[in-house]
Amino acid sequence: MPDLSINFAGIKSPNPFWLASAPPTNSGYQVMKAFDAGWGGAVWKTLGVPIINVSSRYGSVNYRDTRMAGFNNIELITDRPLVDNLKEIEEVKKYFPDHAVIASLMVETKEQWHQIIKDVENAGADGIELNFGCPHGMCERGMGSAVGQEPAVLKTIVEWVMEVAQIPVITKLTPNISHIVDPGLAAVQGGTDALSLINTIKSIVGIDLDTYAPYPVVDGKGTNGGYCGPAVKPIALEMLKNLAQHPDIKSTPISGIGGIETWRDVVEFILLGASSVQVCTAVMHYGFGIVREMQSGLEEFMREKGYNNIYDFLGKALPNVTEWKHLNLKHKVVAEIDKDKCVGCDLCYIACDDGAHQAIRIPTENGNRIPEIIEENCVGCNLCSLVCPVENCISMVQKDDGSKHLTWAEETDAGNIPTTFNDDRAGGKHHFVPTVQDALKHRK
Amino acid sequence: MSEYKRPTSEAEFESNFAQKKPLMNPTEAYFESSRCLYCYDAPCIQACPTGIDIPLFIKQIHTGNLTGSARTIFESNWLGNACGKICPTGVLCEGACVYNHQDVPPIQIGRLQNYATNHAMKKNINLFSPGEDNGRKVAIIGSGPAGIACACELRTMGYAVDIYEAKEKPTGLTLYGIAAYKITNEEVLDELEYLKNQLNLNFICNHPIQTEADIAKLEANYDAIFLGVGIGPTASLGMEGEDLPHVVGAVEFIEDVRMKHHEMTVPKKVVVIGGGNTAMDAASQSARLGAETVTLAYRRGKESMGAYGFEYKLAISAGVDSLFNAQPVSIHSNGVRFIKTQATNGKLEYISGSEFDVEADLVIKATGQAKHGSFLNKINNLNLDNKNRIIINDSFQCTNPKYFAGGDAVNGGAEVVNAAYDGKMAAIGIDKFINNTIVQ
Ligand SMILES: Cc1cc2nc3c(=O)[nH]c(=O)nc-3n(C[C@H](O)[C@H](O)[C@H](O)COP(=O)(O)OP(=O)(O)OC[C@H]3O[C@@H](n4cnc5c(N)ncnc54)[C@H](O)[C@@H]3O)c2cc1C
Ligand SMILES: Cc1cc2nc3c(=O)[nH]c(=O)nc-3n(C[C@H](O)[C@H](O)[C@H](O)COP(=O)(O)O)c2cc1C
Ligand code: SF4
Ligand code: SF4
Ligand code: SF4
Repeated sequence: MPDLSINFAGIKSPNPFWLASAPPTNSGYQVMKAFDAGWGGAVWKTLGVPIINVSSRYGSVNYRDTRMAGFNNIELITDRPLVDNLKEIEEVKKYFPDHAVIASLMVETKEQWHQIIKDVENAGADGIELNFGCPHGMCERGMGSAVGQEPAVLKTIVEWVMEVAQIPVITKLTPNISHIVDPGLAAVQGGTDALSLINTIKSIVGIDLDTYAPYPVVDGKGTNGGYCGPAVKPIALEMLKNLAQHPDIKSTPISGIGGIETWRDVVEFILLGASSVQVCTAVMHYGFGIVREMQSGLEEFMREKGYNNIYDFLGKALPNVTEWKHLNLKHKVVAEIDKDKCVGCDLCYIACDDGAHQAIRIPTENGNRIPEIIEENCVGCNLCSLVCPVENCISMVQKDDGSKHLTWAEETDAGNIPTTFNDDRAGGKHHFVPTVQDALKHRK
Repeated sequence: MSEYKRPTSEAEFESNFAQKKPLMNPTEAYFESSRCLYCYDAPCIQACPTGIDIPLFIKQIHTGNLTGSARTIFESNWLGNACGKICPTGVLCEGACVYNHQDVPPIQIGRLQNYATNHAMKKNINLFSPGEDNGRKVAIIGSGPAGIACACELRTMGYAVDIYEAKEKPTGLTLYGIAAYKITNEEVLDELEYLKNQLNLNFICNHPIQTEADIAKLEANYDAIFLGVGIGPTASLGMEGEDLPHVVGAVEFIEDVRMKHHEMTVPKKVVVIGGGNTAMDAASQSARLGAETVTLAYRRGKESMGAYGFEYKLAISAGVDSLFNAQPVSIHSNGVRFIKTQATNGKLEYISGSEFDVEADLVIKATGQAKHGSFLNKINNLNLDNKNRIIINDSFQCTNPKYFAGGDAVNGGAEVVNAAYDGKMAAIGIDKFINNTIVQ
């Protein structure tokens, strides 16, 4: 049986599955129920200054029949009294001493930070997470993402925290910034023990076409919310990679957050350097039970690959994420259609003809809708294989023999870069394009 | 009129008996699994007699964790592969799927289940291993789904298990009784082989337990005995002409179909007597074997039939004709004599003078199976109810405490999935019983 336990910057947890600071960690009742269901840790719903919430609070992007492909909220930090939360943290720790309870915090002044840290330590929290992320409401009061977007301010607050904190401190970053490394580095310089990301992304998920107000509508008006759920995973992964690859940050443990729902997502985050993962939207959608699917899949993956613990494959994909200029220009793939599997929807044809490189033809004889790849036109872009609705029907087949390797960087170093298009070394020169008039042949 | 030509080769047989729930391809599985809503405390789970965590195994399929999915299934149901194909899902899991309330087709749970287990079986993925030997021995009489499930569960707990089977091959009615268009012999035996390899199951076939001496020997050699004997051959009707050579029992007829395939022939005109699922299966299969006319005769009205509606529809779609309110009176060399009936306040009455004949070269009686009463009565203190079903308590223990029982022998004839559940639960009961005995 693979060992899923982790030691995250000194915070021990039976597995890497943590609940993100959000409604699922709003109360001791929920956190206990989650631990009982199999979650290893929970970042408590952010504690801090008193707030008032609005109603309603959530909006979502439904893609076709998939509900909540993207999720958006305008909720603030906890609206429950601090003493109640502290009491419940203490109780949960009594029942689950080996699980990780991390207190998420957001206050304003140095004195407030020092006081609240003492409070949660006394309650028995295993760690602290600094919420520098909320992109709505709290930032208008100078907290949340207002801090996360100002590396200097962020660093100062981390320093205040580190002056007193006895338990590990995680700094949670906002993705609403162009260079995630700046706040990441500031947090590390301020002395943080660990990082987590991402918090939600500024968003408007839609407009009500009758009231002309953005969702969620609050008495005829709306505001930008914070976006999360499956839609944000690619953004989170990219930011995670930037931190995990940075020489001055990579030794700092990172907790990955953003769009995690299945074991595959979990493995991807670990492969890009996250040694714990946090989940919010998927739990808000399906409840705590989804952790079983994550755990089963992670264990099955580890068994299959022969990994004994999480650290065996932590960051294993990082060396393969490189800059564009280091990609092999001599690698060549071409689409291939499995005619037996093809159902003749011709989506690949129209995608390629209208949206790519006119490298697919449909046979002219009557009734035959099975398309053919025009190999010499195919640039290997993948588009057809992405739109094809049949599993494993279009595959991308390697055509070079793998013996040649040439990159833009190498060409630059060798001074071998084309400067005009009329240069045989330039790409696209021999690229086939139909004539302009050919377009009208399609008129019916 | 039947729709089918007589099959003269295995290929033609396979085409006439095309699988009702064929294996899904990856695209089908991907799309179908994506539809599952992952309901909380899902009604489909509640409707599955073995309580498989259906939304979990479906999500595991969707995320490409087929091995984990198969594990989820087999952990609840040792006959997980067969059940995916043969369970009457329309009245079980799929019948409970919430999509039914939206007039959207329910998730095809059975086929998805089969998709996952098939993966594990084809790849021979080891999911289970025998528990550490605990020095205890259990005998199992009958290798049907109940016996197999009990044996598997006991093996994981470290018991030595011997399974005594009267027939040549194990798996009971799964191999000899289920309609051939629901599952192939090969698939039944593959699952058996798959379980056998992982858990070292010891089958002793062609070995009926019959006499008091047989019983005494088992009692002396084993710490507990599980009765998974199912129910017996087709019961006698006590009707004139019943012993004629062209009269067969449905269970025996179906066993012949399963064993002989296209080498089995049916004559032109077939009459099937009965209104239960077995009658539907016998009629459907007669039609698929190329009988020209198949008449299903039931003594009450259509609404009183015991068969599931979908089984009746399947028979009709194979070209079977139905005859309701017809009570057979006697069987003759060229047909069956019926009398018309009517029900008044639920009581069946014969309409005098309404006798009529239906021509038949083969008469199949699907009028219930006899129980193993005479054998079971040889076991000391083993109480049966008035229908000769074995009486058990909550731990599946019989009135003779050394014996446990489950499956058709207890419920009088239900489904494979019920037998699979019973066998597993009985194993847990046996473990509790033996552990308590050790303590004393
Ligand atoms: C025609 C027909 C169609 C069916 N169709 C379906 C279906 O589509 N789906 C479904 O889920 N269920 C179906 N069933 C029901 C299902 O087959 C049974 O519920 C299930 O097989 C019961 O399992 P069991 O282990 O209790 O008994 P069985 O499967 O009957 O197994 C009992 C075994 O014990 C052996 N045995 C009996 N006595 C002795 C003895 N004294 N010594 C040694 N061995 C002995 C028998 O040879 C047999 O192998 C059908 C049943 C019939 C008759
Ligand atoms: C309704 C809601 C409330 C949230 N509240 C907080 C919060 O109080 N503190 C915090 O650090 N993050 C909060 N978040 C952000 C989540 O912790 C998490 O970073 C984000 O949702 C991305 O993860 P996901 O894609 O799994 O949802 C909230 C998110 C949602 C949807
Ligand atoms: S998209 Fe796929 S299925 Fe559709 S025509 Fe192209 S190859 Fe065939
Ligand atoms: S065992 Fe039968 S009832 Fe249960 S989920 Fe599978 S197919 Fe449905
Ligand atoms: S009831 Fe239907 S939709 Fe809901 S979990 Fe079960 S199979 Fe999925």
